[in-house]
Amino acid sequence: MKMLEIKNLKAGVEGKEILKGIDLTINAGEVHAIMGPNGSGKSTLAQVLAGRDAFDVGEGSVTFNGQDLLELAPEVRVREGLFLAFQYPVEIPGVNTTYFLRAAVNAVREHHGEAALNAVDFLKLMRQKINLLELDESLLKRSVNEGFSGGEKKRAEILQMALLNPAMAVLDETDSGLDIDALKVVANGVNTLKRADNAQLIITHYQRLLDYIVPDFVHVLYDGRIVKSGGKELALELEEKGYDWITSGELQTA
Amino acid sequence: MSADTETIDRFVAQEYKWGFYTDIEADTLPPGLDEDVVRHISTKKNEPEWLLEWRLKAFRHWETMKEPHWPQVKYDTIDYQAVSYYSSPGAKDKDRPKSLDEVDPKLLETYEKLGVPLHERERLAGVAVDAVFDSISVGTTHKEELAKHGVIFCSFSEAVQEYPELIKKYLGTVVPYTDNFFATLNSAVFSDGSFVYIPKGVRCPLELSTYFRINAAETGQFERTLIIADEGSHVSYLEGCTAPMRDENQLHAAVVELVALGDAEIKYSTVQNWYPGDEDGNGGIYNFVTKRGICKGARSKICWTQVETGSAITWKYPSVILRGDDSVGEFYSVALANLAQQADTGTKMIHLGKNTRSTVISKGISAGKGQNSYRGLVQMGKNATNARNYTQCDSLLIGSRCGAHTFPYIEVKNPSAQVEHEATTSKIGEDQIFYCNARGIETQDAVNMIVNGFCKEVFRELPMEFAMEAQALMDVSLEGSVG
Ligand SMILES: Nc1ncnc2c1ncn2[C@@H]1O[C@H](COP(=O)(O)OP(=O)(O)O)[C@@H](O)[C@H]1O
Ligand SMILES: [Mg+2]
Repeated sequence: MKMLEIKNLKAGVEGKEILKGIDLTINAGEVHAIMGPNGSGKSTLAQVLAGRDAFDVGEGSVTFNGQDLLELAPEVRVREGLFLAFQYPVEIPGVNTTYFLRAAVNAVREHHGEAALNAVDFLKLMRQKINLLELDESLLKRSVNEGFSGGEKKRAEILQMALLNPAMAVLDETDSGLDIDALKVVANGVNTLKRADNAQLIITHYQRLLDYIVPDFVHVLYDGRIVKSGGKELALELEEKGYDWITSGELQTA
Repeated sequence: MSADTETIDRFVAQEYKWGFYTDIEADTLPPGLDEDVVRHISTKKNEPEWLLEWRLKAFRHWETMKEPHWPQVKYDTIDYQAVSYYSSPGAKDKDRPKSLDEVDPKLLETYEKLGVPLHERERLAGVAVDAVFDSISVGTTHKEELAKHGVIFCSFSEAVQEYPELIKKYLGTVVPYTDNFFATLNSAVFSDGSFVYIPKGVRCPLELSTYFRINAAETGQFERTLIIADEGSHVSYLEGCTAPMRDENQLHAAVVELVALGDAEIKYSTVQNWYPGDEDGNGGIYNFVTKRGICKGARSKICWTQVETGSAITWKYPSVILRGDDSVGEFYSVALANLAQQADTGTKMIHLGKNTRSTVISKGISAGKGQNSYRGLVQMGKNATNARNYTQCDSLLIGSRCGAHTFPYIEVKNPSAQVEHEATTSKIGEDQIFYCNARGIETQDAVNMIVNGFCKEVFRELPMEFAMEAQALMDVSLEGSVG
């Protein structure tokens, strides 16, 4: 079943085109990886999908579970099941992490006509998920992402993913800045959340994450376009040959 | 990015829920101010000669003074002759009500609408309320219970009649009638307010609270509050205020004096929600208030907590004179300047005694076209051996058209005194809002969450019953159309 269908998506900022026509279809049960050199537009794609209005969408369409995704407000997109784990999670001083997470979970529950979780029930749910990510519970007493180490921030993103249980998760360079042990924990968390009725889009610069989260499809994004798609072996090829091989090829066909 | 700052800027439109007007017969003096007006007010209130003389001295002094223009606020010149200096609900020839049973039902209804029921059966549990409507106190609840403990809580006018010796002893001892332009004006024309006396060793069994309501048009409101905590006593006092929505500005120049004797403690909390005016700066209250307390005895403590969300202009510096050795002064403040509001507020901590300590936590929030200034003075006198002050001054900006300013003044005359000052400025970023959105949280809720997080340290100083109210008020004051 088609979950996400991106057609000829063009987007930019202040008149500068960054995404120059993206086509991508993701079905339920699939894991896709997007790779590409820095500055190729990976985060822009992720943020446009999540609804950041700093980016202007020019042409194209995005359909998510049969709905026009671009019509939805960002908070509605996540409530409908499209979740973004940020490349750079944002610090919110003064706002307690537990309070924030409960507000997020209850916003999603309310959207689906479910009763809000009280503090006690929420804590139960959170303890379950926190173990999965081997996160220190004391972090939850602090302000959102404030003073978290790089690794803690990334694990906290996956904790949020676990709590919100999205149909479609977009992970933007969740692996960058993680040491190998943290990487395994995060990958294990993501794999545990994988089911036949959900899908994942893993954005990464390096191949090593894909040793632990095995994608069904790999796409190479370069200069705002998907220039090559293949199976998981494409990631290994990229690792071996670097991006030059692709990017020069792209120039030839352009 | 401009598109997104706009989204945040759209939070400026706010609806003021307390803006209704009560149509009630009133005895209002025609506009204008001269000695006859002062005499008239004094006669109306059947005051003793010495009090009239005090008022007249203040008035004559006021005539020699100039309106101060050093605060970081802008407004058109006030025509003091266009203001009415006295308005009392009820017909001219009627005496003021003797008890709550005699109060005009329309007035009771007004307070009910404001969420401050005065009726015996509905009044707030655990809180005694003195309700001041324009110039007059309309009634005080829970009087009998307080009397059992020897606590006096009544309107200022009543105290002048019933406890003249206390008034004579303390009136003007903390804020002298010569103090400043607005305090001097108040001393000449003050109409009513609240009076509190807590006897030696008594812990006041209830929260005391005054609810100020400006109703009449073109009248100024000049209340005067005097709180005396005798040795070893303890009291927590809360003041709330609202006003109808009007296109013209209204003047509010109150004076509050606090006296804490040895080992006594006074906690004074304000939730100020006067009408702020509209987005273009039309209407709203000019809140020019002088609040000062003296820690007269050793080990006494005065704590000011204020949540200032209303008023077109706020000009106030609740201060503590730390005279007694080992006395403690605290100031916790949240000031919001939204729409076209201007706030110039802060505190003065005057350390005179040894080992005196003060803490200042100021949180300024600017939104819309609001301008928020913190102005604080810390003075360490030459005898203030080992005195300490800690000041923390944080500003939060919402949107790009507002401003925050900090003016700390520090004077140290004793080398063993220590003064510490920290200041931060932050902005609610579009990235923070988007991050919240991406977690299912709406922009409005995200702003409220961030603002409430920012104010947390101050809110937790409020009495329990009012902390929730302050938070709700903050949310409403930032309410607007979500872009
Ligand atoms: N807000 C922005 N304003 C201007 N340029 C931007 C903005 N965001 C991204 N860009 C530019 O768009 C290009 C793609 O950036 P990004 O999507 O972050 O790439 P990636 O995630 O693949 O490293 C870069 O050239 C970057 O400088
Ligand atoms: Mg990126």
